[in-house]
Amino acid sequence: MFRYLVRRLLWALLLFLIITFVTFVIFFMAPQDPARAQCGGDQASRACLELATEKLGLDKPIYIQYKNFLETLVVDHSLGYSYATRASLNEAIMEDARVTASLVIGGAVLWMLIALSVGVYSALRPRSLIDRAAMVFVLVGVSAHPVWIGLIFSYVFGVKLGITPIANYANFFGAPEDSGLPGGPWQWFYHMILPWATFAILFAALYVRMIRANVMETLNEDFVRTARAKGAPERRVLFSHVLRNAMLPVVTMLGMDIGVALGGAIFTETVYQLPGLGREAVVAINAQDLATLQAIVVFSTIAILFFNLVVDLLYAWIDPRIRLS
Amino acid sequence: MALLEVKDLRTSFKTEDGIVKAVDGVSFSVEKGQTLGIVGESGCGKSVTCLTIMGLNSKRNTVSSGEAMWKGKNLLTAKQRELREIRGDEMSMIFQDPMTSLNPVHTIGRQLVEAVQLHRDVTNRVARARALELLKAVGIPKAEQRIDDYPHQFSGGMRQRVMIAMALINDPDLLIADEPTTALDVTTQAQILSLMKRLQQDFGSAIIIITHDLGVVAETADDVLVMYAAKVVEQANVNDLFNRPQHPYTWGLMGSLPRLEADLERLVQIPGQPPSLLRPPRGCRFHPRCPYVMNICRETEPELDPSQRDPAHLQRCHLDEETKEREAEKLLHTTLAEAG
Repeated sequence: MFRYLVRRLLWALLLFLIITFVTFVIFFMAPQDPARAQCGGDQASRACLELATEKLGLDKPIYIQYKNFLETLVVDHSLGYSYATRASLNEAIMEDARVTASLVIGGAVLWMLIALSVGVYSALRPRSLIDRAAMVFVLVGVSAHPVWIGLIFSYVFGVKLGITPIANYANFFGAPEDSGLPGGPWQWFYHMILPWATFAILFAALYVRMIRANVMETLNEDFVRTARAKGAPERRVLFSHVLRNAMLPVVTMLGMDIGVALGGAIFTETVYQLPGLGREAVVAINAQDLATLQAIVVFSTIAILFFNLVVDLLYAWIDPRIRLS
Repeated sequence: MALLEVKDLRTSFKTEDGIVKAVDGVSFSVEKGQTLGIVGESGCGKSVTCLTIMGLNSKRNTVSSGEAMWKGKNLLTAKQRELREIRGDEMSMIFQDPMTSLNPVHTIGRQLVEAVQLHRDVTNRVARARALELLKAVGIPKAEQRIDDYPHQFSGGMRQRVMIAMALINDPDLLIADEPTTALDVTTQAQILSLMKRLQQDFGSAIIIITHDLGVVAETADDVLVMYAAKVVEQANVNDLFNRPQHPYTWGLMGSLPRLEADLERLVQIPGQPPSLLRPPRGCRFHPRCPYVMNICRETEPELDPSQRDPAHLQRCHLDEETKEREAEKLLHTTLAEAG
């Protein structure tokens, strides 16, 4: 178990190095000059350009810049400073991550609630009315683009019915003093309803389909018949024998999807103007702000690697056949 | 009074191609402590017969009729709740494939304890003690340690022992074994069969053993039911069946048994395949494959009638008694000659 963990962590480290390095390389292959972008584009003065190039360390070769980046990260535990605003990226990323995490975790809870209830019910009553309706929902959910869904939602629920805000984020712990912004848990929840729904639809659709298929497959397993032959009531057969086996692949998918989504749910964040990682990444790319971009890559890489590790450990716990030695 | 009395049992499945009559008018009874063997090729309705009695067919596409009287109660019309109380307690079942019949995510101890607690209101400790007792009875070595192992840590033979332990844990009156040795290798088969025989004496359960292996029947059964294409074609006491088989299909089955003594190039086989139950042949269902086929066989289906010599020996064949005696005799002689 311990050796397995060490091996996984070493792999994670290697992956981390490769991913961050590739980001560096890609950024420098793009025919653009970050220094010029910071100095106001075409009208940049020579002095400003030189200063910016030196300050950002752009005059050094890539590998030196990469080494500097790693050094700051390891020694100072710092993600560095934004090219564009010179603000500390540690704080900025934490701020953004909180928003994205609100969206993703809440969304995941919502999509799992939908997917579990609808998926299991559909599997137990295939071809029933609810099953057929669920399959239509799956088709729509998989096909509809989150931006489109988001716009429809904020128009219908926000503008027409006026029961939700149409956009913006409210801080869970309260907005800054005299900023005039809404804050606190209730406002946070109120502002997140539509983003959660929008974000959850695609995943709910995918997971309904997956859970339905898994449960139906597991219901045909021999050990389910054994459980019935023992005299177990259907409810017990479902919860104790079917679900745990049917959930194995779902746990894997869930962990990976949450990990990936924590890197930024770009579309949902953009539609609802949530200041999360996805939106920050879009802004950073437009400003050619490698430092910010790199910080986001670092964060989402860690999130993905972390959740993969969690999934692996969880998997071993649910499925005794997986040996960790 | 018989323990289980099945009368005119019929089960059909709705499929996309039409209605399949998987069991078509089967009757038999099982006495206390006795063993009934049901023999036949794959798909002849042996397993479905037993699953119907246990109420384990999917309700969505299955229709059953007839009677299965268990202690004065018709199992076919009983409520799910009543069936649940019988299943695993008074009547239990073991299945063909021990590799997939145990839940991979629970320890075998937990699965055994569950079997007890579904029917008895006892504490975990009592149930676990009972589970341990049964694991020892079925010959699991180091049962105290193995009780907390998962199914994948057991071999096929050991898993079938666990299944048997689970089936017997509540002292059932009837144990239905659906091809309990088919998925096991030959030496393990013999061990499991002798284990079942020994446990039958200890527990006094009646057994229905489903198999396609006449050898298993000869070794374990008191009475035998030979099924072909959803119907019973011959029914007799085990000695009668082997000494005086009355149906060409039974002859075919016996002829295709491998024999150690005979030095045959190839095993004898019954020509052709079992018929589709969607559209069974007219007349006798065995006639397309029968070497003794007569005109009447193609038109009229024979009844399951007592043979003249022994009213307890039932057979479904148009051949006259004389021919049957002669052919049966010949079959036995060939066997002896081959042995000889």
